[in-house]
Amino acid sequence: MTREEIMSGLAEILEEVAGVNPDDVAEDKSFTEDLDVDSLSMVEVVVAAEEKFGVKIPDDEVQNLKTVGDAISYIEKAG
Amino acid sequence: MASPVDVVVTGLGATTPLGGDVASTWDAMLAGRSGVSALTEDWAEPLPVRIAAQLAVDPAEVLDRVKLRRMDRAEAIAVIAAREAWRDAGLADAGLDPERLAVSIGTGIGGAITLLKQDDILESSGPRRVSPHTVPMLMPNGPAACVGLELGAKAGVHSVASACATGAEAIALGLDLIRSGRADVVVAGGTESVIAPLPIAGFAAMRAMSTRNDEPQRASRPWDKGRDGFVLGEGAGVVVLERADHAAARGARVYARLAGAGITSDAYDMVQPHVDGQTRAMRRALADAGLSGQDIAHVNTHATSTPTGDMVEVASVRAAVGTHPVLTATKSMTGHLLGAAGAVESIATILAVRDGVVPPTINLDDPDDELDLPVAAHTARRMEIPAALNNAFGFGGHNVALVFTRA
Repeated sequence: MTREEIMSGLAEILEEVAGVNPDDVAEDKSFTEDLDVDSLSMVEVVVAAEEKFGVKIPDDEVQNLKTVGDAISYIEKAG
Repeated sequence: MASPVDVVVTGLGATTPLGGDVASTWDAMLAGRSGVSALTEDWAEPLPVRIAAQLAVDPAEVLDRVKLRRMDRAEAIAVIAAREAWRDAGLADAGLDPERLAVSIGTGIGGAITLLKQDDILESSGPRRVSPHTVPMLMPNGPAACVGLELGAKAGVHSVASACATGAEAIALGLDLIRSGRADVVVAGGTESVIAPLPIAGFAAMRAMSTRNDEPQRASRPWDKGRDGFVLGEGAGVVVLERADHAAARGARVYARLAGAGITSDAYDMVQPHVDGQTRAMRRALADAGLSGQDIAHVNTHATSTPTGDMVEVASVRAAVGTHPVLTATKSMTGHLLGAAGAVESIATILAVRDGVVPPTINLDDPDDELDLPVAAHTARRMEIPAALNNAFGFGGHNVALVFTRA
């Protein structure tokens, strides 16, 4: 799966869970500061991403996923 | 002894089985429409009760999708009603100090639908799939907290719980908050949405609900000889209470005065009502308002269409107020909104006072022989209403009476 494909999958999840406009999703965007994803919604994003990409994202890893790019890299590596 | 602090109602909001706002709800009430219908979902099929008064306007038509998925339905409708009341009061651009704004919104049962749904997810898919919004969605202070966040209230967010008296007690608390100087404006009311198999099975097991499944619109029939229990409804009602001089200073439109409140408990039985506690609540409310029974022209009763409760309340009104007030039971149209009942019925009482009209009690075809007080049966009754009472009673022996007087 390419980084673009993962990003488009994350954008779908972010739209569904937190109402983020897919056009706003980019690798350098921070989940909390730029996309306004609150802590509880971030948990939902992680669980949905695990399901969509067939990966495991441990809770202690989530705090390192500050930006969309961080999440893409983790999913790419874990997938 | 009446309080030196005058409290008035400057805004109203509601979403009910009769309409998605106050105007449509009030129009439907005056027209004597029933909000009760058959439950056609598969889950209702094995239940002894297959009727309910469901919201006229689904919250999904009003709130955006993302907001809605983080709120229990009871929270969502509280927010919808509060927004309407807030706009109606003209407070959106009034520059109100947030530290002078409080919220008092309760629920009788809380986020039961969320609890049940997430328990299903837990059983079927495991703990990791349980929504992280579960706890904020099911906690009973959730609706008050949602409204507090929405409006930016910083003087305190309160959520009383007294079963079917909740909405009225929340308004009584709002009165106290303003009188004691802790807030200038209180957004107060109640909300409930538990039309689901377990709550229905639970109430049905108490033999408290009507089983007139073949005639949904005729099922809620307070004081009628054929009454056989209440009809479960869902809805939310919110009023904006404001210190009278605060309202006057900003030129706010005033619906009515909240002149007094009376709260008592029976210490008698968990679920059976008692004349003594109800009578004392109405007397306290009258004393608090500095009025006597003679001053009360109309009572919006708690009457839920149960064989016992309806007539106990008539005896209480007779003892506390007299034989002159014109009664109505708007639950004949809305069904029983549980924690929202006292709030939606307060709104009906406020509008009755303002407009000089008692909304009808529908389905009162064959009145109970002991019903010896006047009732606005079948059709609305136009009359002068300088002062009116709203009663709300709840399982646990809670009795609340509110007095509204003409502005």
